Amino acid sequence: MARPILEVKGLTTTLAGGTITILEDVSFGLQPGEVLGVVGESGSGKSMLALSVMGLLPKAVRRTAGRIVLDGEDLAALSPDRWRERRGSDLAMIFQEPMTALNPVMRVGDQVAEVLRRQGIPAKKARQETINLFRKVEIPSPEQRVRGYPHELSGGMRQRVMIAIALAANPKVLIADEPTTALDVTVQAQILDLLRKLQKERGLSLVFITHDLGVIAEIADRVLVLYAGRVAEIAPVRKIFDNPQHPYTRALLASIPEIDRPRGRLVTIEGAVPSIGAMPKGCRYASRCPFRRDICEQESPRLGLVSSDQAAACVQPFGFEKPQEEALA
Amino acid sequence: MSAVISDPATASQSPTWHVASRLVHNRSFMIGAGLVLAIALLTLFAGWLAPFDPLRSSFRTRLRPPDATYWLGTDHFGRDILSRLLFGARISLTIGLLTALATGVAGTLIGATAGFFRPLDNPVMRLMDALMAFPAILLAIAVAAVLGASVPNVIIALAVATTPHTARIVRASVLIVREQEFVEAARALGATELRVLFRHVLPNALGPLIVRLTYVFATAILAEAALSFIGVGPPPPAPSFGSIIAQGRDFIAEAPWITIFPGFAIMVSVLGLNLLGDGLRDVLDPRMRT
Amino acid sequence: MARFLAKRIAGAFVVLALVSLMSFAIIWLVPGDPTAAFLDTSATPEQVARLRHELGLDQPMIIQMLDWYGRILHGDLGHSILLNRSVTAAILERLPVTLSLAGVALTLALIAGVSAGIVAAVNHNRWPDQVVMTAALFGLSVPDFWLGIMLILLLAVKFDFFPTGGYVPISEDPLGWLDSIVMPAMTLAVIQVGFIARMTRASMLEVLNQDFIRTADAKGLTRTEIMLHHGLPNALVPVLTVAGIVAGALLGGAVIIEQVFSIPGVGRLIIGGILSRDYPVIQGGLLFLAVIYLGVNLAVDILYAAVDPRVRLE
Repeated sequence: MARPILEVKGLTTTLAGGTITILEDVSFGLQPGEVLGVVGESGSGKSMLALSVMGLLPKAVRRTAGRIVLDGEDLAALSPDRWRERRGSDLAMIFQEPMTALNPVMRVGDQVAEVLRRQGIPAKKARQETINLFRKVEIPSPEQRVRGYPHELSGGMRQRVMIAIALAANPKVLIADEPTTALDVTVQAQILDLLRKLQKERGLSLVFITHDLGVIAEIADRVLVLYAGRVAEIAPVRKIFDNPQHPYTRALLASIPEIDRPRGRLVTIEGAVPSIGAMPKGCRYASRCPFRRDICEQESPRLGLVSSDQAAACVQPFGFEKPQEEALA
Repeated sequence: MSAVISDPATASQSPTWHVASRLVHNRSFMIGAGLVLAIALLTLFAGWLAPFDPLRSSFRTRLRPPDATYWLGTDHFGRDILSRLLFGARISLTIGLLTALATGVAGTLIGATAGFFRPLDNPVMRLMDALMAFPAILLAIAVAAVLGASVPNVIIALAVATTPHTARIVRASVLIVREQEFVEAARALGATELRVLFRHVLPNALGPLIVRLTYVFATAILAEAALSFIGVGPPPPAPSFGSIIAQGRDFIAEAPWITIFPGFAIMVSVLGLNLLGDGLRDVLDPRMRT
Repeated sequence: MARFLAKRIAGAFVVLALVSLMSFAIIWLVPGDPTAAFLDTSATPEQVARLRHELGLDQPMIIQMLDWYGRILHGDLGHSILLNRSVTAAILERLPVTLSLAGVALTLALIAGVSAGIVAAVNHNRWPDQVVMTAALFGLSVPDFWLGIMLILLLAVKFDFFPTGGYVPISEDPLGWLDSIVMPAMTLAVIQVGFIARMTRASMLEVLNQDFIRTADAKGLTRTEIMLHHGLPNALVPVLTVAGIVAGALLGGAVIIEQVFSIPGVGRLIIGGILSRDYPVIQGGLLFLAVIYLGVNLAVDILYAAVDPRVRLE
């Protein structure tokens, strides 16, 4: 494999002076031009992972361990100011809420041009380039739209503006944190298509965060499954769907509603994610796991390779036999 | 009251307890409450604490600077400033408190009428807008002057000036509360409109009102002083914070202490009330943080 | 935008009509006969009747009212009994004085208040925040006329930096004007500095918590850029909406401060009128200040629509 463009190693973040752990020992790599999907339920630490890489953690959250290596350089070792310089150039991010992520009293074109201006592009050229970017993200009549304000745009259009802002940086790594979640279903599909197209065209290295496995199937090359702040499983997308190794991944797959499934058979995962203040000692999934053994409650399993490109954090990964449907029903 | 939908005003003790415990942990509130309590005690026991009769004048002790006998000096009639301040606080604080109460009653009646009885809303509030167009202090001065200088008239004047804004605040909370579920429930259970208003809507609009009245109390002390300074405050010889300053002004160069100390007395009282108001606002009315 | 303005202006006219009625009606509050203030007890019934006629008090209330409306529509606020001249002329003559005092104070209050508020918000919960907030609280708690006296005592009597009072028109001597206006304007501004600082801080803190600030951060903008381009423009919107209230408070405060510094403005005219029961002056003065207040607030609303693009849609 080539050298990853982004490599996160042993990332651990804590809240409230270290008493509460949000992310624990999270590691993964992102190859140039690759799309890594990150899935997990709400509260699993997905957004915290994105913000950690960006260096945008909220004040109360602290990174206590880990390296974030972007193109050979450990961002975590940089001063906050040097890290900031990477944002809007090497790193860019698309947020979940297009309704609130844009400055309400600033013209949308200016919000894109701002990023270009940082790179030393003169104002006039930045304005032209903004219009080009608007065209790229398929905003109709871009010449007029650049002068509009966010409240004049629909949610989908605003998210396109956010994407234009991210593209303006021409980033080495783009992080998209649930970019379609807040949108209407039809708009979701459009934005997803757009992102996929832009990713292909530009060879973007993309970390795509979502709670929706359906979206993952459409866009991701590899998938990282996050559970309660830990990596449960990481594998190519095909293997995640065809041969999941972690019981949690399986349960997630089983919970996807399918059109051909009889009504009333919607599978949900029993129990709830442990609350962040009261994490159990052993495997965090143990309380909900139908395959639980005594050891699961004693020690937390390390992420271990199951095959050359698939790893799971389970004392007893499924291996390559057929999934035991009855155990999940 | 239905057992299912709980009315925050009539629900169990725990919300009250919750508010009390949050107040105790609020620094602004505790400092403010301490100051206000201290001043209130000084005022209550002015008769015992004051070293001299605040009204007794004596030519021999005229314009004495502060010393061991007259801690804060004397004025041009030879009256002890400390004693006058202690008794002056009585009048100033009474005016402040009564103004707050009068404004509370008037503001609640007007605000609740506007907020609860829809057809009256527009006319009543336009009237309040009109009153608010006059600078409040000027309105108070004009009303006090026209009615004639006396303690009750000063209170009326200050209440007229502070009521419109209070009414507006009450109306705003009434508008929010009246749409809430427990009010609908009370109505559905057959409560009359007036009962709904007094029993359910007003108690829940109380928080912002209490906060506002604390600030009115503070403002009224400042305004009383200004009125006295202009010459339309409580009539002499009884001292109030403002009248002591007004009299001292003519002797500012030779006897600045007459003017200096009452100013600090006003500031400490108003500061205490403002802190108290800030603390109450943090706890009772998180919507309107400023 | 046009509809928003039309609605706003129509509303202002309703309030204006009420305000003019109230200014006039203050005379009805007078216990007993308003003429008593001008005539001693020995006045003949003819003298009383003549004065009542002069004040229009011999007419039914409704006629008095209509007459008043008719006159103010022509800009006639009546005749001052004591000054023996037109109230309109007397006010207009003193208006520039009061407006320059309030204007300088407003400028000072906005500059000092907004900067202090930003400093506090940016250093949230650290010492600069605490210093600013404590100072703001003192500003809100100090009696302004007393502060004025203290400044006179310190800066004029003791150190002779400024004159103890009086006013020099700017047209006569710009430096002298500045000299005469600095201390009163500072005194007048203190309360409003406290108010605006608290307001700006709260507004800024709220804005800094919003998502678009994180977006700006993700763009790699510096802290200063984020504050100036994204934080401040949003934080100033609510501050702007209270500028009208501040202007009103400054006009009211000016009445007292003019008294402290012996400045011959509209405030002193009205106070003089109030103390000598010169009713046309009281009525005219009240109306005049209220009209200015309404005008300022209308202007603020229009400005608000200009600053915040969201308002224009309505």
